[in-house]
Amino acid sequence: MARIGTIAQVCKSKNAGPFHFTIDVVFEDPALFNLVKATGVLDAPLFARLYKVGIEQVQFTIYDAALAFKATVPRKIPAGDFGDTDVYGAQQHAPLLDVDIPINTLP
Amino acid sequence: MTEVRLLSTTAILGYGFPEESLARGMARRPHLIGADAGSVDPGPFYLGSGKGFTSPRAVKRDLQLMLRASCEQGVPVVISTAGGAGGRPHLEATAAIAREIAAEDKLGFKMALIGSEQDKELLARRAEAGQTRPLAGLAPLTRQTIEASTRIVGLMGPEPYQAALDAGAQVVIAGRSTDPAPWAAAVLRGGLGSAEAWYAGKMLECGAEPALPKKEDCLFVTVGHGYVECEPTNPIRRCTPLSVANFALHENSSPIRHIEPGGILDTSECRFDAVSDRAVRISGMRWEPSERLTIKLEGVELAGYRSITICATRDPVLIASIGPYLAKVREVVADKSAAFGISPDAFRLIIRSYGLNGVMGDLEPLANTPAHELCFVVEAICETQEQAAAVIGMARLTMLHSDFEGRLCKEGNMAIPFSPSDIDVGPMYRFNVFHTVEASSPTELFPITYETV
Repeated sequence: MARIGTIAQVCKSKNAGPFHFTIDVVFEDPALFNLVKATGVLDAPLFARLYKVGIEQVQFTIYDAALAFKATVPRKIPAGDFGDTDVYGAQQHAPLLDVDIPINTLP
Repeated sequence: MTEVRLLSTTAILGYGFPEESLARGMARRPHLIGADAGSVDPGPFYLGSGKGFTSPRAVKRDLQLMLRASCEQGVPVVISTAGGAGGRPHLEATAAIAREIAAEDKLGFKMALIGSEQDKELLARRAEAGQTRPLAGLAPLTRQTIEASTRIVGLMGPEPYQAALDAGAQVVIAGRSTDPAPWAAAVLRGGLGSAEAWYAGKMLECGAEPALPKKEDCLFVTVGHGYVECEPTNPIRRCTPLSVANFALHENSSPIRHIEPGGILDTSECRFDAVSDRAVRISGMRWEPSERLTIKLEGVELAGYRSITICATRDPVLIASIGPYLAKVREVVADKSAAFGISPDAFRLIIRSYGLNGVMGDLEPLANTPAHELCFVVEAICETQEQAAAVIGMARLTMLHSDFEGRLCKEGNMAIPFSPSDIDVGPMYRFNVFHTVEASSPTELFPITYETV
């Protein structure tokens, strides 16, 4: 097993407009990216579970050209609204870091 | 061969860039230089208050260097989403800085100001005529929502910029714009296609952000038939196929379909080829024009006035029972506030607990991890600042001095880092308009005025 936090080159979140977070997981090595992609662990249901939204609310894209996985989910609280904790949405990535990918040998 | 050369100086006007990077870019004879000055990312306050999120001093520093370079070579300069949010006060504040620089440096130019703040009556009539649509799951737009708004801006595309540049403006300062708009305008004026134009704009909207290592700096883009070429002007930075492809992930919901006024930029078939170890050529972008022209709107309403206090505990007994403690604090604050005439439905008391779940709130998966200290940012929001200050004063007192089971720290439960302990933050705004409106032309909602500076 390998944690995203130890194998990804980038794991980040940001607003995509005031009503959505977008979360990106990017790899440096194409071989590793393809291994992770083949496991199917990073998918819409995973993001739905971590960000407590319906699967149909997750816009999930695998972007091969950038060796990246991208998920966009609705915010529970719009940016800057009552009770918002993260106006820029820049610190909502942490739950991804602990996701385990079932690969044993790194390329 | 048609080629359009563009120089973006920084991520946001006022974030800074090395002077030398601008000089290197100018040496390559750009057709247009510019910088985006705003974003919706810092939240609703700036649109509501009319204030910028970069200081006038920082904006002047960047703009002065750009105006000098522009006048020296006779190259137009564009500032988009002026003043952070692109409303009327933002536009006027940026124009005032440009005039001040011109007077100081004895520069003269024709300046265009493109407005984006929307007339509420016109929008209300379009909403009533069914010509608006909600985005992001909001309710349909009503006259009532529009009238409750403090300020509403529309996001312009390239056409108002094209009009201003066609009219001979050397300096264009514009209100809220889709980030690629000014750059796309220059490419379209050069006779190239929409796909290249919008892609070039996407690359230029954030200065050297598509380059590595990341820091605010200048990006040079060359556009020709079917391709866009990116290169940072600072020799310590480089664009790689991966760094450029990665930039497509920035602040949008999809890296392959970008919805813009007038169409969709499809980047799913893009190729990224290194032309040197510092420059990348992108090709294969496509543009799908949409049938109906719509303009995106952003608006905010006043939500109240905010006061806050910051306090922290190092007491293990209190930390172990923090949930019930905060519940009790809420009760006491409600009772005592009611006693001085502020009923529980007239204020919101929000307590963010750092060390527990202050960053992620209900989404925090590790909320039961014990911490040795906790920090609280306590916030009161009321209809007036005076009320908010009264409630937060009572909340601070209650956080500090309430009793709890097993309490040893009987002189006070909180470390308070500042005197004064309570801070009046001022008005709080919230987004209430995030809709599209139909427009009869891409320039209709964006009036241009010209002046000779």
